Amino acid sequence: MTMTWEPGGSTGTEPIADTPTGAPTAAVEGRSLGRIAWNRLRKDKLAIVGGIIVILLILIAIFAPLLTSIEGASENGINTNLIDPNLQIPIGGMGGISSQHWLGIDLPEGRDLFSRIAYGARVSLGIAFLSTLLALVIGVVLGMVAGYFGGWIDSVISRTMDVMLAFPVLLFAISLSDVLSGTNAFGLNGNSLHFVLLVFVIGFFSWPYIGRIIRGQVIGLKEREFIDAARSLGAKPSRILFKEILPNLVAPILIYATLLIPTNILFEAALSFLGVGMKDPTPSWGQMIDQAVNNGLFQVDPEFLIVPGVAIFLTVLAFNLLGDGLRDALDPKASR
Amino acid sequence: MSRETEVHTLSVPPGGTSDRAFLDVRDLRVHFGTEDGLVKSVDGLSFQLERGRTLGIVGESGSGKSVTSMSLLGLHPRADRKGKGGAILSGEIWLDGQELVSATPEQLRALRGQKMAMIFQDPLSAMHPYYSVGAQIAEAYRVHNEVSKAQARKRAIELLDRVGIPQPDSRVDDYPHQFSGGMRQRAMIAMALVCNPELLIADEPTTALDVTVQAQILDLMRDLQKEFNSALIIITHDLGVVAELADDIMVMYGGKAVEYGPAKSVFTEPEHPYAWGLLGSMPRLDRPVQDRLLPIPGNPPSLINLPSGCAFNPRCAYKEACGTACTTVVPELEPTDGAAKHLVRCHLPVETRRTTFTEEIRNHL
Ligand SMILES: Nc1ncnc2c1ncn2[C@@H]1O[C@H](COP(=O)(O)OP(=O)(O)OP(=O)(O)O)[C@@H](O)[C@H]1O
Ligand code: SF4
Ligand SMILES: [Mg+2]
Repeated sequence: MTMTWEPGGSTGTEPIADTPTGAPTAAVEGRSLGRIAWNRLRKDKLAIVGGIIVILLILIAIFAPLLTSIEGASENGINTNLIDPNLQIPIGGMGGISSQHWLGIDLPEGRDLFSRIAYGARVSLGIAFLSTLLALVIGVVLGMVAGYFGGWIDSVISRTMDVMLAFPVLLFAISLSDVLSGTNAFGLNGNSLHFVLLVFVIGFFSWPYIGRIIRGQVIGLKEREFIDAARSLGAKPSRILFKEILPNLVAPILIYATLLIPTNILFEAALSFLGVGMKDPTPSWGQMIDQAVNNGLFQVDPEFLIVPGVAIFLTVLAFNLLGDGLRDALDPKASR
Repeated sequence: MSRETEVHTLSVPPGGTSDRAFLDVRDLRVHFGTEDGLVKSVDGLSFQLERGRTLGIVGESGSGKSVTSMSLLGLHPRADRKGKGGAILSGEIWLDGQELVSATPEQLRALRGQKMAMIFQDPLSAMHPYYSVGAQIAEAYRVHNEVSKAQARKRAIELLDRVGIPQPDSRVDDYPHQFSGGMRQRAMIAMALVCNPELLIADEPTTALDVTVQAQILDLMRDLQKEFNSALIIITHDLGVVAELADDIMVMYGGKAVEYGPAKSVFTEPEHPYAWGLLGSMPRLDRPVQDRLLPIPGNPPSLINLPSGCAFNPRCAYKEACGTACTTVVPELEPTDGAAKHLVRCHLPVETRRTTFTEEIRNHL
């Protein structure tokens, strides 16, 4: 039982005899779940590798302009001079890799591939993060409300989740983007409109997953005695939901977020590949694959497919490694 | 059922507040609609309690003790109109002149913590694991009092001190798991007392503690009750606990009171065969093992299908003595001829109960 957490192994025979001096040792270990989780996570090498890659990717996205200028290239700079006019391939083979173009250049404009990957990271990660955030906010709030209040409220929310999960999202996204293409909406147009649209479509269709998980957790949590105790002292439902229950949901929310982000990266890539996403010249990883495949570039040099493909693969893998590690580290039932 | 009309008409006590006990429970019923059928967890319970007095509720597991206390605080979610998804409540609970069965959730919430509070069995699971003990007590205070965080913290320290936590101004920032079991229960008591509730319900307050600590906690509760002049309900399996502390004892079986009266007479002259069993299964340190246990055979009854007649009859060794009545007629809770306030629910003639107890049972206790 939890008695093992007691200071100095005291079994609580005589409360007065409990020396307060015994407490600090327990405080160091027992104080926060976060600390325990961190100690476990630190020992999980794969999760740490995943975490480092994730951080690097985020840094690349943030510092894309800086990195591009260090490289000596420029975003969307056209370098037709580096392309063999007869063969229509980058001069010098290797896809045009050089000290100025770390990953070579694309066709037919000769744009620097590294800068496109770095700027593409902004778009791909940005859409994935924001849509995940949106999904989390909707999913956590509705999941908590459904689980806590139950009854008809739960029925309505749960059926909505079922409907959303059965919804043909791809068809919806494709038609929505067709309808809206070339128009103004929400005061936006062009790629900014696409960006917002992608965030909303992806976020809006992925909240039911987290919603279900949170609902289940809350149903379990509200039976816990400390909830009854809080209610017995007159706490309001809002306080119980956000101050008593929500702190216990941090672990599943964190875990689910790290697992939802890669899913949403793939989602964005798939939508961009289908031509629904960002339009050239703004790069996104999915759209780079789209160009490699649909413009037949990969037949010239598979690198055009490999570079964005590897970026997506690495990112998804890294988030999944981190997410799995987090899940193990935060799971109170997992034996260490 | 007459529930609908009752619920909406009886918001003012018929005889005015003055002649009603501080806590007056009338024919309380708490039923749950489940897949298997209607669970009658509490079925027609009536009792009274004044400020400064203590009622002990005793009974086996599943007899409806916790459901009773939860319904006093209005903690059960209510069933919908089809009787699903929660408790179906009927009867009356008068607390200081206010009827609670028909009160709105918001009215009940305002009373909880302020007017009535509960001490839970296992303080480790009843306290939030992520907040410090002091923060939880302070928060309980701030629910009903508009004070600053600093003032609430001062109040928390004051109460921790009052319930006997050493160095309260440093322990106030400890987390529940850093306290020992006994100290946690003290802190739980502090939390329940922080708004000076007039009705305090302690649901097995010492079951999770070991014996020496149990005695200290019971002493503390007795002192605090005197000091605060609150009405106290103590729920327990253990007749020994209530014998010392309670003014009145109610023995529950299958959702009903089977014996109810002044502690002294219930404890020294119990008349219901189930109470004899409870007394007998109470471990006594002054006797050899074989002599001292007279356990009640069989299992607690199903609350969906209570045995017909007296609910205790499948386990009762005395049912032969009153013919078929025990298996066909539900006995009423009736006064014994001695103490006017001592009520028993049994078909056995009073004389038979007296002599059986004095001649057969007492020697085995
Ligand atoms: N929400 C509910 N739905 C259905 N049945 C319930 C519900 N709550 C309690 N019960 C049933 O009511 C009966 C009485 O339960 P209660 O918790 O009051 O027993 P108790 O006397 O407190 O027992 P213990 O000594 O084990 O705490 C039990 O059979 C229980 O299964
Ligand atoms: S009524 Fe009958 S069965 Fe019930 S307790 Fe009395 S003697 Fe036993
Ligand atoms: Mg109980």
